[in-house]
Amino acid sequence: MKTTDLSIKELRNKIQSRELSATQVVETFFNRAQSLNKKLNAFITLNERAIDEAKHLDQRLAAGENPGPLTGMPIAIKDMLCTQGIKTTAGSKMLSQFVPPYDSTVVARLKKAGAIVIGKTNLDEFAMGSSNETSYFGAVKNPWNLDYVPGGSSGGSAAAQAARLAVASIGTDTGGSIRQPASFCGIVGVKPTYGRVSRYGIVAYASSLDQAGPMTTTVSDAAEILEIISGHDQHDSTTSQKKVPNLIVPQEKSMKGFKIGLIKEYETDSLNADVRKTVHSAVETAKMLGAEIIEINLPLTQYAVPIYYLVAASEASSNLARYDGVRFGHRSDFHSLAAIELEKFYCRNRGEGFGSEVQRRIMIGTYALSSGYYDAYYNKAGQVRRLLTEQFRNAFQKCDVILSPVSTTPAFKIGERIADPLTMYLNDIFTTSTNLAGLPGMSLPFGFSTQGLPIGVQLTADHFNEEKMFTVAYALEAAAHLSERIPNVNA
Amino acid sequence: MINTSDIEKIAQLSRLEITPDRAKELADQLQRVLKHFEQISHVDTKGVEPLITPTEIETYWREDSVVQELTPEDMLANAPDKIGNLFRVPPVI
Repeated sequence: MKTTDLSIKELRNKIQSRELSATQVVETFFNRAQSLNKKLNAFITLNERAIDEAKHLDQRLAAGENPGPLTGMPIAIKDMLCTQGIKTTAGSKMLSQFVPPYDSTVVARLKKAGAIVIGKTNLDEFAMGSSNETSYFGAVKNPWNLDYVPGGSSGGSAAAQAARLAVASIGTDTGGSIRQPASFCGIVGVKPTYGRVSRYGIVAYASSLDQAGPMTTTVSDAAEILEIISGHDQHDSTTSQKKVPNLIVPQEKSMKGFKIGLIKEYETDSLNADVRKTVHSAVETAKMLGAEIIEINLPLTQYAVPIYYLVAASEASSNLARYDGVRFGHRSDFHSLAAIELEKFYCRNRGEGFGSEVQRRIMIGTYALSSGYYDAYYNKAGQVRRLLTEQFRNAFQKCDVILSPVSTTPAFKIGERIADPLTMYLNDIFTTSTNLAGLPGMSLPFGFSTQGLPIGVQLTADHFNEEKMFTVAYALEAAAHLSERIPNVNA
Repeated sequence: MINTSDIEKIAQLSRLEITPDRAKELADQLQRVLKHFEQISHVDTKGVEPLITPTEIETYWREDSVVQELTPEDMLANAPDKIGNLFRVPPVI
């Protein structure tokens, strides 16, 4: 088996037994990433120091030290997470030259466990998009078919992972940005419970929705990464002090006694036939493995997209106010600073630094928060959000895990939906509720479309119930045997 | 109905410089998007407290100690324009 096809556990065994050095592993992935990136555009920046860092780890191993469970594992990091000394652009002209002086908590924890940042992955600008086409650094290509989008906003992480340019990748998910690209690229993507993973050092989009999580080839790889990045962080007061569950223990591949909920309202005509077939086959598999299937009603999910976009845009308009071109970020080329009015200075820096989708969301948010519209838009969205969350909490009294589609269709063609913002927003119909309610969710590869594009199914559990979600995922994964399928991309 | 003068006002509140062509395009797009969003007005939310943070915030204590994590040089390293240890900006008064 090729080094780039190995799981975290297999690589760890080879590194610990000295069958492979950390340097060999990192070099193999780095060279593959460098050559395939020309085709996929999955990375904005490759970490030129990665191989030197691996050499240093090998010295520590030779001295009898054990740097941690991820020693020598090259990990691709979405360019929303700050990395000390490595450019962090958020896919925007605004931050195209920004070099953070500190690491985000997620990156710091991965490094402490011995992992190596192999590079920073491409994304929709400020994570605002569902196709990776809004990036200042250009669209990412889907490794299964280069004419198709990889999904978004964590499209670079999904494409890098599907093409095995890293052992594991990190994405962020505000309304589906880990789960939807994971589904489009045929990998596992986990959005943890809100508060499970620290947001410190992650470029803020919508603070009450954002969570970072693993994007991996297998469920157990996702468990390995999630355990390391989870847990309370004194730099983020919204992180929970709850004990991080052990998700890596080999689970029983049965679902006996499990109640799987199916959302009646998700049975829409807009569902693509291949997606419908994939979800149906996951339901049949769950039954075969002993699960009981229960139908649940969540009528307010029909409002998920409006609530989500109002809340997310409002929070974004406030979060993105910090980009004014004073302390960091893009500043226009002014002839004379002395002659320019301060307000004009801000407007020009921001008008030039932000792309069109980011500007659109800032405007929607500013409108929803403005005097005269606040009650009808922002406040109303918050009220419906509470009712929607209550419906989910009630549903979890009746079932353990909800099984649903991730997206109405498999990956679509580059350019196909970018012209109309509303069409693009409606892509997020099945994923946004999870963030609004703060629930853990994941996408698990479970089938392929007639055109050979991967399709995932979505699992959702109650707050801090990642264990149940993973139990179901392990069982379904074992029955599906899909993780061995790798897209054929050649340099 | 959102027109271009509404857009200019929102752009001003958002501190965004936009061209007249762009204002027209944004007026059409925002009109369509917000009209779709208005459907939430059908939900009865009388007496419902808006949900701001989805999971319970647990309070915790930490030592109130001074730590120096970043130096002034770190803080200024990304400045578009600076003089010594100061950020250079247009006249503010």
